[in-house]
Amino acid sequence: MSTATLTPRNQDAPKQSSPFVRGLGHFFKARETGILIAVLLVIVVTTVKNPSFVFSSDGWRDLLLTPSILVLVAVGQAIVIITKSVDLSVGSVLGLTAYLTGRLFIDIPGIPMIVVFLAGIVFGGLLGLINGALVAFAKVPAMVITLGTLYAYRGINVVWAGSDRINASDMPKDFLALGTGQFLSIPLLTIIALVVLVAAAWYMKNTRGGREFYAIGSDPAAAGLYGLRVVRRLLIAFVASGALAGLAGVLYAARYGTVNSQAGTGWELDAVGAAVIGGVAIVGGSGTVWGAAIGAVLLLTINRALPILGVPDFWQRAVVGALIIGAIVLDRVLALRQSRKLLESREETK
Amino acid sequence: MLFHNLGKGKTARAGAVAALAVSIALLATGCASDSTGGGSTDAAGGDTGNLAVTFIPKNLGNPYFDTSDKGGKTAVESFSGTFQEVGPAEASPDAQVSYINTATTQGVGALVVAANDPTAICDALNEARDTGIKVVTFDSDTDPECRDLFINQADAEGIAKVQIDEIAKQIGESGEVAILSATANATNQNAWIEQMKTYAASEYPNITIVDTVYGDDDDQTSFDKTAALLQSHPNLKGIVSPTTVGIAAAARYLQTSEYKGKVALTGLGTPNQMRDYVEDGTVTSFALWNPEDLGYLSAMAAKALIEGTITGAEGDSFEAGDLGSFKVGADQTVLLGDPFVFDKSNIGDFDF
Repeated sequence: MSTATLTPRNQDAPKQSSPFVRGLGHFFKARETGILIAVLLVIVVTTVKNPSFVFSSDGWRDLLLTPSILVLVAVGQAIVIITKSVDLSVGSVLGLTAYLTGRLFIDIPGIPMIVVFLAGIVFGGLLGLINGALVAFAKVPAMVITLGTLYAYRGINVVWAGSDRINASDMPKDFLALGTGQFLSIPLLTIIALVVLVAAAWYMKNTRGGREFYAIGSDPAAAGLYGLRVVRRLLIAFVASGALAGLAGVLYAARYGTVNSQAGTGWELDAVGAAVIGGVAIVGGSGTVWGAAIGAVLLLTINRALPILGVPDFWQRAVVGALIIGAIVLDRVLALRQSRKLLESREETK
Repeated sequence: MLFHNLGKGKTARAGAVAALAVSIALLATGCASDSTGGGSTDAAGGDTGNLAVTFIPKNLGNPYFDTSDKGGKTAVESFSGTFQEVGPAEASPDAQVSYINTATTQGVGALVVAANDPTAICDALNEARDTGIKVVTFDSDTDPECRDLFINQADAEGIAKVQIDEIAKQIGESGEVAILSATANATNQNAWIEQMKTYAASEYPNITIVDTVYGDDDDQTSFDKTAALLQSHPNLKGIVSPTTVGIAAAARYLQTSEYKGKVALTGLGTPNQMRDYVEDGTVTSFALWNPEDLGYLSAMAAKALIEGTITGAEGDSFEAGDLGSFKVGADQTVLLGDPFVFDKSNIGDFDF
């Protein structure tokens, strides 16, 4: 709840300092800054140990490319978590759309790439709509519903894919090139992720619809009484999460070149982890998609940095786990401090 | 919050539904074991006429096991048995236990298992054997006391030799080589890696194996581990990946990286996966046995065990249809044969 209550307070603060100073102050107080510093720290330390981590063409490309797909999924996840739900099915949605992508290229030779992209996004959105409808109308907790669809979607994938595997030779060269291609040394996948991220961040911060997600996440009952269309918002959140996972699935196929029925297994945990590390409170109502995106970058960059720093394979997951627990503890401490401050300031104004 | 309370009425109804589902499941399994002749009443001796063979691969949806199970099915159908394939969606250590238990209750004649973990499924397998079910492991073994027979796709020595020979040929017999494996606790992988190190040290003294990393048989993890390998070892000349998922992911990374053509890659892969990379020169050659033959031989061995032709003792021999005659070696193990090397010249002849 820390950042959501913080943001309006800062905006309403008396205009005594210049916008730049206020902006700077806000930047240092923001939850995301800590994570961003952590990312930079990881990059700097690793680069000192091994300069090719940043200063080689592959190193630079991978630094930007590796987190790009997870950023998309984490942005969708953040929107859902902000509305006090969770979408555990994203890994399975990603796997299904990745397989669909391969199948489209095999079954419809010469299909335009844009159609495949649209099909992936729409299909992902539909799977998200199923989640959203079950959560909003059946009034069953999102964690239970999406845990169910996690298995159901994966099951459909196993039945559909069966013994088939999409191999690199099944997909057009142009499409595969997209997965690793660069524009002005920035990978195309990173550009796609950035565009989505900026659009989502702008929507969540500046539009009425975006703020309604926060209102619903803070207190669904109050939001309903206030007249917000809670069901519609929930549906939109899940469709967004599904559509982004769908887009991620198409990009997954382009980048990794092989898709089997297990593609994307475990991504839901990475996505939730990224959001939580990035300061999106799991109880809803606070956090930003920026935070989730930076969390995704931190998660995957640490994964790549640890082997280079000489940390044995077996310890790498433990480090990621410690990171998630640390983020949640920090979130709790900040929330407590914030509510104490709010109480104090209320006492003063009385 | 994430959980809401259900109404009282709903809880009661859910309980009733669950109870009903459990009773149906119990009835169904009861009937199943009756109809197949009930291995459970026939302890230790086994039923020589019960040719129901259940394949439990590491996970479903894995093309390698789909191919081996296809071979198993062909064999089972050739001796008019009943073929069944069940297994978990994910290859985690104890995921196979429930499938083994179900097969035990059904009273099948034999279980053919590719173990995800050498010990985690041991108790379940031994319970099955106590009811007279024959247990054959293939691809990845359990501890020897938990099974009757292990069908080895190729001995560790042969596999290690072919991969080290191939990589040595490609990098000019000297330089740094790294290994990209599957999971850290995969029995077969670890045995091969151990042998590869020994063989390389004795035959190619100028080759150093600098690192072993684990891609968990996951495309994305293997892909990222390949990137990390190339970065942390700037003098790396070759990568050996003794796993089909690993080699394809590593090839995909190399294909578009600055290391293409500079860092050699070989290992165990399937022709369909590797076709693209072999044709564009990212990969020169790789090795594998025929998984279909492996499944076929496993099913044939299961039949020989059920019928009592062999007991699994060293020196026992049995006929395996099209594959000819096989002999049980030390540690109740049967060897399929030497691995096969695929390259640009012959990859077109294969489709699996």
